[in-house]
Amino acid sequence: MRELRVLATGPLTTVQDVGRPGLAHLGVSPSGAADRGALALANRLVGNPESAAGLEVTLGSLVVRARGDLLVALTGAPCPVDGPRDTGFGAPVHLGDGEELHLGTPDAGLRSYLAVRGGLVVAPVLGSRSTDLLSGLGPPVVAPGDELSVGGAPPASGLVDLAPARPPTSDVVALRVILGPRDDWLERASLDALLAEPWEVTGESNRVGARLAGPRLEWSRRRELASEGVVRGALQVPPSGQPVLFGPDHPVTGGYPVVAVVVDADLDLTAQVRPGQHLQFTPAPR
Amino acid sequence: MRLLPCGDAALLVELDALDDVMALHAHLRRRPPPGTLDLVPAARTLLVRVDGGTDLGDLAAHLRETTPEPLRPGDSGEVVEIAVRYEGVDLDDVGELTGLGAAGVVAAHTGQVWTVAFAGFSPGFGYLVGDGRLDVGRRPSPRTRVPAGSVALAGGYTGVYPSDSPGGWHLIGTTCARVWDVDRDPPALLSPGVRVRFVED
Repeated sequence: MRELRVLATGPLTTVQDVGRPGLAHLGVSPSGAADRGALALANRLVGNPESAAGLEVTLGSLVVRARGDLLVALTGAPCPVDGPRDTGFGAPVHLGDGEELHLGTPDAGLRSYLAVRGGLVVAPVLGSRSTDLLSGLGPPVVAPGDELSVGGAPPASGLVDLAPARPPTSDVVALRVILGPRDDWLERASLDALLAEPWEVTGESNRVGARLAGPRLEWSRRRELASEGVVRGALQVPPSGQPVLFGPDHPVTGGYPVVAVVVDADLDLTAQVRPGQHLQFTPAPR
Repeated sequence: MRLLPCGDAALLVELDALDDVMALHAHLRRRPPPGTLDLVPAARTLLVRVDGGTDLGDLAAHLRETTPEPLRPGDSGEVVEIAVRYEGVDLDDVGELTGLGAAGVVAAHTGQVWTVAFAGFSPGFGYLVGDGRLDVGRRPSPRTRVPAGSVALAGGYTGVYPSDSPGGWHLIGTTCARVWDVDRDPPALLSPGVRVRFVED
């Protein structure tokens, strides 16, 4: 019996894997790790398939204790780690029975990932172990006292010793966007402002979306838009004129115009932006 | 058909009418374009989300060459029956708004085959379209809690609340049918394309 016993969680810790694609026509969000690359890397470091479930730790402060011998890896936003031995980010670490990992608060970035060899085996819902904060699908938010079962080790594969990853920045984050589908809903000057001005990520931000603050964006028309399908990375402009950047637990449809969408390769960057940080949108070459 | 950009891993197809959306969705569900992850129908659009790296030019060409056969009422498969107790708190209001009276509303709701056009709002919430006799708007102010199983009308659609949630639709009845069950395959009773007949319980 191998387990990860949770002693403290910080502001928010959830179980995440690659989510639930393919169910949006039933009203189910894709969900899954916000920084997909970071969870995939953590899984690779411990020899898991990239689809294995791990912990997504928001702003650190997670404390876990091993029950049985575990091999773990930390990726994403680097935070100070207090562990049994020299425990760093981006490298597999052995945790003996009873040993603990204490995560501090990251200096930059928002979300750190902890993978365990064998993966976390909470009960899947609709094929995924991801917690979807919008619909409540998947396991409950991780809480102190939880005992998370660890699966059997996958067949031995070449373990990576160290994987360098570019650390998140605390400066302005540049994101490439493609305008549309409803960029014609914005006044020309507002569309220019969207691309010219830095946008502050406000405290009203979570896995569903991040509310941004900046110059007020004006609609060029005042008619009703029938709800339509939206994607992660969509920049939706509600009547307030302050855009929302959709995250992995976004609603599958929305009734306000989406004026631009962040390119797929930059979505992981959006997962690491903290409230108070600024975004700069630039048009992606088509 | 208008193809609108939606990032570099999706296209939004805009169509003239809901029937066109339903026909294209039915077609692409059977024959998804290469790389398709999600097909999300809505009132006037179909979102086609694909794997990152899929060539959107190829996808656009594929969609432009697609000519779905129009949906004909009554030509596809079985009809799901949902038993309803018509005692919703807004039944009399809907009777007045439509001029049909409460009994007329029940007769119109049970006297036609509805089709699930799309889902949204919450997992398993299907928007069903019918013959237009029960076209009422939303309530002036939404309720903070509508119980699961409530059968409701708004915006020309009927629907069944899959779980307790806030809601602004007119409530005309309740059903014991479980329209959403994550332990069932498929989890949604009312997925797009499914045809439904409501019967009085």
